Amino acid sequence: MLVYTLKRIVLAILVSLVVSALVFSLLYLTGDPATALAGENATDKDIEAIRAAYGFDRPIWMQYLSWLGNAIQGDFGQSIYFRLPVTDLILARLPVTMTLGVTAITFAIVLAIPLGVLAAMYPNSIIDRAALLLAVVGQAMPSFWFALMLIVLFAFIWPVLPASGSDGWTSFVLPTIVLGYYATPAFMRLTRTGMLDVLSSDYIRTARAKGLRPGRVLFKHALRNAIVPVVSLAAVQFGFMLGGSVIIETVFALHGAGYLAWESISRSDFPTVQAILLLFALFYIVLTFLADLLNAWLDPRIRVG
Amino acid sequence: MTRLQKLKGRLAGVAFTAAVAATAGLPSLAVAGKADDTLNIAWGREQPTLDFYFQNSREGIIINRHVWDTLLYRDPTTGEVSGLLAESYEIVDDKTFDFKLREGVKFHNGADLTADDVVATLEFLLKPDSTKLITQPLDWIDRVEKTGPMSVRFHAKGTTPLALLYLSAEIPIYPKDYYAEVGPEGMGVAPVGTGPYMVTEVEPGKKIVFEKNPNYFADSPKGQPSIGKIIQRTIPDVNTQIIELASGKLDWIFKVPADQAERLGTMGQLRVQDAATMRIGYLTFDAMGKSGDTPFKDPRVRRAVSYAIDRQAIAENIVRGGSTVVHSACYPDQFGCTQDVTQYEFNPEKAKALLAEAGYPDGFTTPVYGYRDRNFLEPMISYLADVGIKTDLRYGKYAATRDAIRGGEVPFAFMTWGSGSVPYIDAITTYFFTGGADDTYGDADVKGWLETGGSTMAPAAREDVYTKALKKIADEAYWLPLFTYPTTYAMTQDLDWTPTADEIPRFWTASWK
Repeated sequence: MLVYTLKRIVLAILVSLVVSALVFSLLYLTGDPATALAGENATDKDIEAIRAAYGFDRPIWMQYLSWLGNAIQGDFGQSIYFRLPVTDLILARLPVTMTLGVTAITFAIVLAIPLGVLAAMYPNSIIDRAALLLAVVGQAMPSFWFALMLIVLFAFIWPVLPASGSDGWTSFVLPTIVLGYYATPAFMRLTRTGMLDVLSSDYIRTARAKGLRPGRVLFKHALRNAIVPVVSLAAVQFGFMLGGSVIIETVFALHGAGYLAWESISRSDFPTVQAILLLFALFYIVLTFLADLLNAWLDPRIRVG
Repeated sequence: MTRLQKLKGRLAGVAFTAAVAATAGLPSLAVAGKADDTLNIAWGREQPTLDFYFQNSREGIIINRHVWDTLLYRDPTTGEVSGLLAESYEIVDDKTFDFKLREGVKFHNGADLTADDVVATLEFLLKPDSTKLITQPLDWIDRVEKTGPMSVRFHAKGTTPLALLYLSAEIPIYPKDYYAEVGPEGMGVAPVGTGPYMVTEVEPGKKIVFEKNPNYFADSPKGQPSIGKIIQRTIPDVNTQIIELASGKLDWIFKVPADQAERLGTMGQLRVQDAATMRIGYLTFDAMGKSGDTPFKDPRVRRAVSYAIDRQAIAENIVRGGSTVVHSACYPDQFGCTQDVTQYEFNPEKAKALLAEAGYPDGFTTPVYGYRDRNFLEPMISYLADVGIKTDLRYGKYAATRDAIRGGEVPFAFMTWGSGSVPYIDAITTYFFTGGADDTYGDADVKGWLETGGSTMAPAAREDVYTKALKKIADEAYWLPLFTYPTTYAMTQDLDWTPTADEIPRFWTASWK
């Protein structure tokens, strides 16, 4: 187990490094950072001056190494766009993204698991079909459209919730529904499949034959086993929600870290993009790492492989 | 967001505004602004640092005018220049400008304005390693000299016809001691100026709160601010801005897309107003052949393109908001921008004949580059296809597109230029026709005329050479100037405010009805 853990840690670190180097070189493909910074009304001379002043004239590997050297010491530098320490910027924006991520995934799980269980209990019934419909709609509907429709309904026609901003918990209700609903189908289908599998297994039949109450069989015996893959999906989905909430953060003007990363790319704000993507990559790595460990602990076969 | 998502977003936006307009009047709307003397405004872009010299956004220009003052003031309607922080000024010669500062002007932190503030601001910015992003308006200054406790002298590097304009728009004066203490980092989040509004709260990128400066100097030509508080919020999605405006939580937005603006205008409690900006769209050709052996080296091909596109139809039906066709390589209201040049009407037959004459009876295929307003570019592409010019669209980010032009990779592109709201053609022609990296025409005559005009003070002589240059640009069809880019404002009926033609809202002129 220890060897396995160490292996995973080393792998996680290598992945982070590769991600950060890739991001750094990819950013140069979006255009010359000096041109982007200098803006429209800049002459050649201005752009040259900015290139020199910000050190963009150094070879790209040198820029990367100097950034990495500082980052390892915890100094992520200063945002070129905001002229503020990147750490401060991220600390101001991360809570919004984290809150939204946690509430959305909770919403998704709370909605998906009971639906999945119900669908599995009555396969091919009207309940199963209804749950399937809900899932298909959630997957197919563009989230910005859903977001706008919710805004029209709950911030305009029946104005009970704010349409934008991140002041107070009410601001998170609509974004949570949109982002959570988008993640619901995956959880639901996994729960349904897992439950169907488990419900047809021998030990459930035995439990039923013993005369246990159906509720006890369902929740104590079946769900606990069926839910294992859902846990690892949750880890991956949570990572996805941190990075993938850009559209939702845009529509609801939430100013989270996802939106900051997205905007910083077009502003060529290298230090900010680097720091956020590295952070997100680390998050993702830690979450999948934890999921791997959890699975390995649950299923000894994984440890050997 | 991918391009498809953006397109879908646009479509959704139109349907969305229709839905909002259709249901308007159903709920009782809360009046947010007038009741508590707070003007709630929103824009889409996260504002970078508030230190004017270290950013280059439209919104930064707006903030600058509210928080700071410049030495001079230029009336946005008459163009007349008078003293602002300077009580009086004197043009000693082409390169020397004297200013006598106004007595009794105080910064927001209580410090008095003196000659030291002016000198220190400029000395800091003129250092080559200052990393400032506002460059053009400062580059002409050689040095600034204190000639008394309340007087300064500016020395220019050369004759600069735009010196007074820069001094009245883009050189705000900072308080010396405060700036020395906090630097651009501190100024960026807690700005201190002399202007009609003080910044009292900043959440970087999200929110800025302005409050009326109760001690704003009485005889400022800007006038006195009336509205007590302005709260700016950043709302990236225009649909969300519209719903907040319609439900009374916002009082003012700008850059409303034309199709949505029409719907908003039908809602009783909102006022929608179009106004000009200095931005124009244009097609640029690689007349020099920097990108290789392109058909656009032949002036007949460039003229053919000019005849092939119905610019009037695009301006009227797609750009809208009062957009008009432009004929010369500048914004029509700019100084020196005569429209008395060769004009190319919509005439596809003539275009085909010119193409045949140039040796392309069956047309040709060319890449076309672009970076914004794809919905304006698409009809141009189909007009070109009608005369046989097939295009391969290369749509990218601004910086990447402009780099490609500078790098000599682009035979043909749809670009736009806003002149930084500078009302002189120097702010547009100089960039493209005087031999820099953006110059893909290489016309020595045009370059000579423009350089003469750029270093002459007398307006009549300047106009004369500029006319020559613009006529030749049009004759040779180096550019096909397309149309103007108006902008649309939407606001509550309670607000008494009139837009200016330079896309710089001046809220110190606003009041409640």
